[in-house]
Amino acid sequence: MTTTTKIVTSRAPVKEVIKDASMVKQKEMMAAHYDRLTSAPEAGHKVAATFVPGNLNELIMCFDLLNNLPEVNAIQNGLRRLSGSYVLEAEKIGHSEDVCTYVKSDIGMMAKGNIAPNGKKFPDPDVLLLSYTGCFTFMKWFELLREQYKCETIMLHTPYMGDGKITKNMIDYMVKQLKEDVIPTLERVSGVKFDIDRLREHLKKSTKAEDDLVRVLQSAKAKPAPIDAYFGGIYYIGPIFGAFRGTQDAIDYYRFLREEVEDRLAKGQGPVTPDGDMGKEKYRLVVEGPPNYTSFRQFWKMFYDEGAVVVASSYTKVGGVYDFGFRHDPSKPLETLAEYCLGVYTNRSLPMRIDMLVNYINEYEADGLLINSIKSCNSFSAGQLLMMREVEKRTGKPAAFVESDLVDPRYFSAANIKNRLESYFQMIDQKRAGANAAA
Amino acid sequence: MATSLNPSATADIVARANALFEDLSFASARKWKAAELGRKVVGYMPIYVPREIIHAAGMLPLGIVGGGDQLEVIHGDAYYQSYICRIPRSTIELGVSGRLDFVDGMLFPSICDVIRNLSGMWKLMFPQVYSHYFDVPQNYRDDIGGNFYVNELEELRHDLGELRGKPITDDELRHSIAVYNENRKLVRELYDFRAERPWQAPAAEVYLIVRAGLLLPVEEHSVLLRDYLAATRADERPMRDNCRVVLTGMFCEQPPLNLIKSLELSGCYVVDDDLLLITRWLTGDVAIDGDPLRNLSNAFLHHSESTAAKYEPNQKEKGQHLVRAVKRTAAEGVIFAAPSFCDPALLERPMLQHVLKEAGIPYIAFKYAENSGQMQPIREQAGTFADSIKLWSGA
Repeated sequence: MTTTTKIVTSRAPVKEVIKDASMVKQKEMMAAHYDRLTSAPEAGHKVAATFVPGNLNELIMCFDLLNNLPEVNAIQNGLRRLSGSYVLEAEKIGHSEDVCTYVKSDIGMMAKGNIAPNGKKFPDPDVLLLSYTGCFTFMKWFELLREQYKCETIMLHTPYMGDGKITKNMIDYMVKQLKEDVIPTLERVSGVKFDIDRLREHLKKSTKAEDDLVRVLQSAKAKPAPIDAYFGGIYYIGPIFGAFRGTQDAIDYYRFLREEVEDRLAKGQGPVTPDGDMGKEKYRLVVEGPPNYTSFRQFWKMFYDEGAVVVASSYTKVGGVYDFGFRHDPSKPLETLAEYCLGVYTNRSLPMRIDMLVNYINEYEADGLLINSIKSCNSFSAGQLLMMREVEKRTGKPAAFVESDLVDPRYFSAANIKNRLESYFQMIDQKRAGANAAA
Repeated sequence: MATSLNPSATADIVARANALFEDLSFASARKWKAAELGRKVVGYMPIYVPREIIHAAGMLPLGIVGGGDQLEVIHGDAYYQSYICRIPRSTIELGVSGRLDFVDGMLFPSICDVIRNLSGMWKLMFPQVYSHYFDVPQNYRDDIGGNFYVNELEELRHDLGELRGKPITDDELRHSIAVYNENRKLVRELYDFRAERPWQAPAAEVYLIVRAGLLLPVEEHSVLLRDYLAATRADERPMRDNCRVVLTGMFCEQPPLNLIKSLELSGCYVVDDDLLLITRWLTGDVAIDGDPLRNLSNAFLHHSESTAAKYEPNQKEKGQHLVRAVKRTAAEGVIFAAPSFCDPALLERPMLQHVLKEAGIPYIAFKYAENSGQMQPIREQAGTFADSIKLWSGA
């Protein structure tokens, strides 16, 4: 089932945006969470701020804490076209133009009243759970927030998988941090005693939702793909990467989503785009890197207008990689949290990331790789040009490179990106024509 | 203890260090390797690796800190977008141009995402070379971060033992720790001397002398340090009416030598800095007796420098190392000089500036790249800063 939402802006006429029922449900879940967050002080709830990669939602819930994710807030501000002014505000108060715009959007938002997407003020966090996973900037980000909020800050250091493997030393280190630092501090801040069985229950729920998410993502192996695994995928990952992993709500949402996608699959339908059902699938792409959020819909339109669907993406693995078999395992609750953190996409070495992208191109029978390189995200971006060459070499499929930013509108050049995409689609056509002629 | 057989005058010593600095073919390290069959060289990037383990394996630790302003980057730029700092692209240039073809291993320490990802790039581009991302703990408890770190050190010790074909013994490690303790002591002595009499040890000279330690065998570098200290103490030089500043933010990508010279020419004596931090990362002697890896770990956890790549668990301690450096060296201000697009330095900067503001310490800030050519704006900025300190400090 699809829904039509009327978008009214001051400059543009009324525009109808088509959404899957699951997208509407997702939006309702996110809105409900923001309401819970902004009413936390009155309701007597405490708040833990933490990051999407290495998000320990199951653990946080064991202490009755609400999860607030600053990257998700920055994304919301990007989609609402607020982030540009927040970034400028942060630069005005001394933050460099060179650094991560998620950080600056967050700091600018704080400077301008810390207003949540529902129009109400965010509560100050009671604890900053610095899950230092796959991104150097996280460490500085929470040091900056700690300076502002002067609240308890917990560092959970996730070692990097530089040699492409998880070692016993890494797991032992993380489990010990959880046992002797993270959990005792969360107990102290929340006043709630840790109950490992409660954690197991949340983890069981995580596993169920993860199973359904993987089935949804892997549905894009079909031709035509019933989903867009990048633009649409961003909606799909919202609950599980955010405040819902380990909840019944997440189980219900992912079951609902899977059924919706299976229905489309059975009917041979392609993805739903903001302009309705996508036309004929002409190009199947794998995308590496985050999207631009300030012109999200315009960016997406450049794809679906050309019949391009993203069948797999690395960005939808940034809060957890589940499609190669990992599931949260309630039988070893702390170890499984460690394995989860260690395995997130940006904590993987470059050779591992290349292996994943090559696997996607082969498994999803994609026409090639597109990299959206993000100006302010070195964790993703440094090395992407080599990744592009390696993937081309190993798959024989063409690759292309566009540049933008997460939430800084100054770095989104629509004409430039559109030009490059059109050239890329032509390149794929030529490659196909060459292959057909050879056959 | 090695002693100088042929003490040189200051100019000769500095000229030797400068020749090492300018030599992008790493001739001295090549010569060291060629002198004996089976010798190996292991490169490392900023900020810190335990060079004692490389040394204990009988190998030469070689500091790779980019290509500077004399290297024409032809291939390296093709690997990076315009918004990535300069050091990885010039390091790749050094690699693909064959300048590092004698290097048997490369260590990429945990400092930022760019160097982290470079570790994977090196594995792909130079598969014949041992490449290793060297992780360090961000938890400073001996039984948590310490245990993790000791195991990481053990892994490095094992790998380098494999590389040379023979395990590294505890006694070899103890010997190397003692050799590096001596070297660090001399570097500290040089820094203390400069803080006391900066006109006798200009920042550019100190930089060259310390940087030679990234290229020479440590024993030879200690001789060089001793010779320089002796020579420059004996060499009376005029004191200028400069102000005294601490330089911060230059711990990874190196500034052009001209930039360091320009700061002094514009009226700022550099009395402390975070350049080439590896040479004094451990702030005291590492214990010799007992388990050598545990001793290295203890030194890292409890007696190492503060910098942006390290988590500071205590909010009250944040930035205090800079305040202490200012007090210790009787500095009058701080210059924040960060490489463009350097996440650690630039994200850290506002927090440090808040601390300095609270402590009433004046500061200025600018950015550079290792190949920056135009020094006039920096001279003007530093000159104005020096003037303002002289005119208004203590008013």
